[in-house]
Amino acid sequence: MAIESAGVDYTLAELMTVQASRELKDGDVVFVGIGLPNLACNLARATHAPDLVLIYESGAVGAVPDRVPPSIGDPALVTGSLMVCGMSDVFQLILQNGKIQVGFLGGAQLDRWGNINTTVVGPYAKPKVRLPGSGGACEIAVHAQRVLIVMKLSKRTFMDKVDFITSPGTRPAGKARGTASMPGRGPVKVITDLGILEPDPATGELVLTSIYPGVTVEKIRENIGWDLKVREPLGSVDLPSAAEISLLREKLDPQRLHIK
Amino acid sequence: MKDKVVSMKEAVASFVRDNDTVVVEGFTHLICFAAGHEIIRQGRKGLTLARLTPDLIYDQMLAAGCARKLVFSWAGNPGIGSLHAFRRLVEAQPPRLEIEEYSHFGMVGRMCAGAANLPFWPMRNYTGADIPASNPAIKTVTCPFTGEVLAAVPALRPDVTIVHAQRADRTGNAQIWGLMGVQKEAAFASKRVIVVVEELVDEAVIRSDPNRTLIPSFQVDAVVCEPWGAHPSYAQGYYDRDNDFYVKWDGIAREPSSLARYLDEFVYGVRDRAEYMKKHPGLAERLKAKPSVCAGVDYGY
Repeated sequence: MAIESAGVDYTLAELMTVQASRELKDGDVVFVGIGLPNLACNLARATHAPDLVLIYESGAVGAVPDRVPPSIGDPALVTGSLMVCGMSDVFQLILQNGKIQVGFLGGAQLDRWGNINTTVVGPYAKPKVRLPGSGGACEIAVHAQRVLIVMKLSKRTFMDKVDFITSPGTRPAGKARGTASMPGRGPVKVITDLGILEPDPATGELVLTSIYPGVTVEKIRENIGWDLKVREPLGSVDLPSAAEISLLREKLDPQRLHIK
Repeated sequence: MKDKVVSMKEAVASFVRDNDTVVVEGFTHLICFAAGHEIIRQGRKGLTLARLTPDLIYDQMLAAGCARKLVFSWAGNPGIGSLHAFRRLVEAQPPRLEIEEYSHFGMVGRMCAGAANLPFWPMRNYTGADIPASNPAIKTVTCPFTGEVLAAVPALRPDVTIVHAQRADRTGNAQIWGLMGVQKEAAFASKRVIVVVEELVDEAVIRSDPNRTLIPSFQVDAVVCEPWGAHPSYAQGYYDRDNDFYVKWDGIAREPSSLARYLDEFVYGVRDRAEYMKKHPGLAERLKAKPSVCAGVDYGY
């Protein structure tokens, strides 16, 4: 789906990627996933954050992939990287030791507290659909200083209650974060294809804070499984620039694997 | 030291037994499909298969009926979607496969504990997650110094671990570069270790670059040389990952019949990796790595 605004046309996937990329600050150490988060990180590195450090759970630190990595352990993440370490180092010396500023997560289900399910649809012992499971997601949710969630909105995925909490959200076990056992701030933004949700600072509940051009609050409510609160005044987002779109299409994802 | 070089057939016959806990490690990189295929050919049964990412190799071994239990932390086809044989077994009612599930950090901790000869590994993890509720082996432990409550996972002590490496000498000093996953911890946690390599080299080559050695020979029981033994996984500096095959597997594994046909042709239908490669004309040319040689270091003093 193409949208045109201020002379720049872009797809929703491109809009989401650009929003995610702008959340990354120069010098941030980022735990990268595949797909849109990988593109967002590489876009940030090519624009406003040249000193962004990309870390993949597979052990590549300071990776500079020259192709879109089809998996999180792609050989292109190794060639030219700053460091390659074992996964015991990744999870202990880097993640548990508080060195990760930003972690990206997504999943099959998300609830109003930012809890994410990537394990199972239906009961754990009687799965309707068995999903892959945590991988590194649970510990990223626990330890990354900020968690960015990138997911398309739909009633099937944004649910009042998830079937299984793989990755804890803003109020793990009903408690606030910032403790030794839960050092990260948890989800700070949910970037969707219609708008952006952020946790209410007092309650931790995800509320609508920004909306994309041409989208209404009603449209968002139709696609979400809980009684969504709206933070007034509702913000808008800065749209992708021509330079960002051309970087994405010509350099970062020329085969349009993720930005279609 | 003793020359440990044997064929894959001999290594699996000697060191992989029915009902063993078997680890074929490698995180995306250096996954030893050749060993998995030989275990299938030799008809091992009742195995507990453990690794972080079961990947296509365990999907194949599960489909072939080798395992009674799977221990894992992420069971998908990376970048593609589901492992269909795994899903069929787990989604069946009642399930036809026992599972024991962690997160990556949990599995890493289990390997670290096994490798350090400790009973468990502590970590800050799992608060607010349902993972411990689904797996009673994840417990908590109170720090005797600070009183902090930490998550704890039990040591994993595999009966046998199979590690694919770029090169080793004939006694098993194995060198790996590129992604190292948890191969070192898995090998040290294990009672028996088989090292499979792309190339056998002289001990002098190993000694010229000792920092590259991940597993020393005293930890190794058998050395197998099977070039391309990791395909469709990859070996940095030797060949690229065959992503096309990972995409194709999604179609092959969706139906038990097409999966069975695949096993018949490419696993049961060949004797070893060399025959497997003959069934894939053009593969070596398509995936052969382009060189990217490091600057080298000086070990002088």
